[in-house]
This record gives sequence, structure tokens and C-alpha cells, in this order.
Amino acid sequence: MAAISMAPAAATLAYQRKVFIFMAAVLALAPLVVYPVFMMKVMCFALFACAFNLLIGYVGLLSFGHAMFFGMASYVSAHAAKVWGLTPELAILCGTAVATALGFVVGSLAIRRLGIYFAMITLALAQMVYFFCLQAPFTGGEDGIQAVPRGHLFGVIDLSKTFSMYLVVLTIFLGGFVFIFRIVHSPFGQVLKAIRENESRAVSLGYDVDKYKLLAFVLSAGLAGLAGATKALVFQLASLTDVHWSMSGEVVLMTLLGGLGTIFGPVVGAAVIITMQNYLAQLGAWVTVVQGVIFVVCVLAFRRGIVGEIAHALRKPL
Amino acid sequence: MDIFGVPSQALFGQLLIGLINGSFYALLSLGLAVIFGLLNIINFTHGAQYMMGAFVAYFLLNRLGIGYWWALLFAPLIVGATGVIIERTMLSRLYKLDHLYGLLLTFGLALIIQGLFRQQYGSAGLPYQIPDQLQGAQNLGFMFLPNYRAWVIVASLIVCLTTWYVIERTKLGAYLRAATENPSLVQAFGINVPRMVTATYGFGVGLAALAGVMAAPVYQVSPQMGADLIIVVFAVVVIGGMGSILGAILTGFALGIIEGLTKVFYPEASSTVIFIIMAIVLLIRPAGLFGTQK
Repeated sequence: MAAISMAPAAATLAYQRKVFIFMAAVLALAPLVVYPVFMMKVMCFALFACAFNLLIGYVGLLSFGHAMFFGMASYVSAHAAKVWGLTPELAILCGTAVATALGFVVGSLAIRRLGIYFAMITLALAQMVYFFCLQAPFTGGEDGIQAVPRGHLFGVIDLSKTFSMYLVVLTIFLGGFVFIFRIVHSPFGQVLKAIRENESRAVSLGYDVDKYKLLAFVLSAGLAGLAGATKALVFQLASLTDVHWSMSGEVVLMTLLGGLGTIFGPVVGAAVIITMQNYLAQLGAWVTVVQGVIFVVCVLAFRRGIVGEIAHALRKPL
Repeated sequence: MDIFGVPSQALFGQLLIGLINGSFYALLSLGLAVIFGLLNIINFTHGAQYMMGAFVAYFLLNRLGIGYWWALLFAPLIVGATGVIIERTMLSRLYKLDHLYGLLLTFGLALIIQGLFRQQYGSAGLPYQIPDQLQGAQNLGFMFLPNYRAWVIVASLIVCLTTWYVIERTKLGAYLRAATENPSLVQAFGINVPRMVTATYGFGVGLAALAGVMAAPVYQVSPQMGADLIIVVFAVVVIGGMGSILGAILTGFALGIIEGLTKVFYPEASSTVIFIIMAIVLLIRPAGLFGTQK
């Protein structure tokens, strides 16, 4: 999809590092002016969108079911923290591990088909996970898992204080972001881009394309799970909303709006969409309508997305 | 009388519900397959258009006093016309791009349509009367068969088989199939392919609306009625593979019946059984039961 010309690699890296430091600084200082819980929500969804973008932006696979990893991890981490009484880092780890395993199973099935079929298969499997979460005893059905304790990090640091929770979320987000950044710029990431651009050619060059796709899918699922597991602790809630198909749609929207295949796009897209939901929340179904309109406008006239357009204007990949 | 330890009333009752659901799966996946064949777009708006069909029938009855039988004609025409507008103004701009953009666009349109209807009519269902001629039920000896339900099954079979006949056995259908294979060559023979594409989309959308009208008396008319259904229909399409019209019809009915039987023998899995079958089919025959892998 949105391809960006390759500038000299070293210069690109240096430039993107500068933007990254700027972003980290903004996020670190944001709670001084913005409600911190809102910022934590933005970071969780930004990580979710970055994980999704790893798949669509760099392998060209549109997963329409990423909510299953996000939501499943959020249930598992909430359950681990509340029922098993695990410390927050272990709870998040449990959630991420389950999402990764689920990613392996779903990925093995879904990469058997390409393009539109891939999207439909992931959507259908996510719906299956949704029904599982609706019926499984540990998820609390329609109520979800409420009043999840944030607990003490490593058994020491009290996360019920917003400040320490913020630092944890910031660390997780930046860590996840750097990880994705490394993946994209690694030799592995280059092969992924080759698959996106011309799959048969990558095959003819001797790459085991399915293995690369599956690994990318598992990584993406695991990182989406990390975001969901963290979100469950921040909001002390895991609910059916997190596994519903509309959540899968939202993450597609965030990434599309921010810019498919750009490093920073999903973060910007997530920030815009979450802000919009915040202001439009009392308008009920209009939120859905506005989201639909953004989808249509992006696809028809704004395919590069916000960051993609900026990068295009600056002639620098972002 | 018991069959496999299940009262026959319950068994046949669920089998009937399965057949009804299967009728809708077949009609909807048929429309999706026809659209996909020519436009290479998966029409995510299909569920919303099915819902619009039901709403149009509801408005015709309650605002204009136009009954069910005319709604069967008018609703597909009206919703089909909106489909033509969507194709001309939006989808036609995307044919040269990656097919995924078509999916994203139609997903956005579905959100808009469903959001607007929900804003206006809330989430609760609106009742739609069964037409007088189809009230009542037949006693078949082993079960009661409501006339309306029998009609839905028969009507959807007729519509499906007619569509199959038109596409596979007539000259118009031959053009259509040729354009699916190689649009530029067909255009070189002097056939207006863009108009055929528009008409095909309108027809597929009309099929969805027709299914919506037939569904209105069975389920209630509500803004969300198509939202979850379309995902099941996607799974049906993956199982059947989109290469064959007859395949889409058969898979639709078969999966409806399997879902109904699951409700009798293992109700916990009834909402997931179609997805499980999809996973198994992907393992054994990735191209789908009737599909050919490109």
C-alpha cells in the first residue's frame, strides 16, 4: 500500500530518532496539561495501532480481527490480577503471552489466503473469539471483569497512584514502539517489505514467505495483546467492547487516518480518534457515523493519512 | 417420538430455523459473490443494505400503506438505486487501487448507514406484520410449519436458482462471466463494461434488500440486524469459496442447517460452529469447498 521512497538509510534513521525523542518528550510532559488517564488511553491505543500497522503497513496484510488479541489479553490480564492476585507486570505478561499464542493459531490459519480473504478470515475468527468471551465463565459475560486491582509493580511500587501508573504505561508504550521500530528497520523488516511489494518475487529469491508472514502476524498479535493487557490495568476493566468487531474497525481507522505504513502515523491517528470519541461521547450513535465518514474520506481522498501527507510534503519518511 | 434422544418437535423446529437462516445466508452470500466476481470488492455494506431493505418495507407499510408484496418489488429497487449511486460516486474511483480499499470504503459506509439508523430509531426492534395471505400454519403430522416460513424458504430458493440460471445459462450472464475473466477484452467487443459493473452492484445490493424484506416479519426490523449477520456470511463465503454461484447457494443452506442442528445437540457451540467449520475448511482446502485458488 502506501509506499515511501527509500532515502539513504542512515539519514532516515537519524531523522526518525529525532522525531521519536520529540514524541517521547511530548508524552512525558503531556500530563502537565492533559488529563493523565486520557493520555494513558491514547498510549494504549497508539501501541495497539502500531502493532496493527506492522501487519498492514509493512507486510500488506489487512487483519480485520485484531480486537481478539487486544480484548483476549485484556481479559487474561484482568483475570490474572484480580483472581490469581498476580503482580501487574506478571498479569500483563500473561495477557501478552496468551495473545501471542492466539496469534500463532489464528495466523497459521489466516495466512493460507491472501488479500480480501485474509481480512474476512481474521474477522470471522475474531467473531468466534467474541462469542467465546461472551460465554466463557471467567470473562463475566455482559458485565466483564470489573474493579481489577492495579496492584504493586514488582510487589513494591503502588500503581493506584496515577503518576506511577502513567510512568509504567509510558515505558510500555515507548518500549513497544522502539521494538516495532527495530523490527521495521531490521533485515527481517526489509524482507517483510519485499513481500508487501512483490510476494512472488520474494518467493523466487528463496524466502520462505509464509514463515515471515506468520512471524510478523505473531509479533503483531503479541504487541496488540501487550496494549490490551495494559489497558485492562489502567481502566481496571476488561469488557466485551474490547473484543467486539467494532474495536477491530477502530484500530483500522486509527492507522488509516494516521497513515498506513508510516512509523508515527498510528500514534497520531490514535490520538485524533480517541480525542474525537472523548468530545463526541455524549452524541451516541453519531460517533459511529463520524467514524464512517472519516473512513470514506480517507479512502477516497486522503489515502496517505495525516503523517503520510506530512512526510510527503517534507520528502522524508516518518 | 424421540430422535437421538431429542424430541422430534425440537429437532424439526430447529431444522426449520436452520433452513430459514440458511435462506438468508444463501441470498446474502450469493449477492456478495456476484459483486465480488465483477468488482473484486467485498461489499461490507451488504449487511447494512439488508437492514435498509427491511426498513424500506417498514416505511412503505407504515407511512404509505404499501404492503408486503409490493415491498418485495420496491425495496430492492430503492435500495438497489442507492447502491448504484454508491458505485458511481465512490466505488468506481477505487478499481485501479488495491482491493483492500474497497473493503475499507464499504466498511465506512456500513458504519455511516447503521449509525444514522440507530440514531433515528434506537436499537430496539420494530415489528413487521406477516402478510394476511401467509398467516397460519400447516400441520405436517410431525410438526407445524408456519406458512410464512415455508414461503421464505421457497422464495429464496427460487430467487437463488433464477440468479444462477441467468448468470450461467443466458447471453447476459455470458457477458458477465466474460467480463469477470477479462474486462478489457469484453469492452473491446463493444460491450459497455462500466455500465454492467454498475448494474451488477445494484443487483447484488437489491438481493440484499430483498433478503431484508423477507427477514422483516421473521426477525424484527432493527438497525443492527445486518451487522453481525454479515460476519457469519463472510465465513460462509470463505467456506464456499467465491468461484461458484451454485456453491454459494449450497453452502448457505447447508451451513444454516448445520447451525440449526448444533442448536439441538450442543447449543453452546451454535454461535461459533460456522467459524469452526471455516477453520477446518481452511486447514483442509484453503480455496474453499467450491473455489479455485488464484
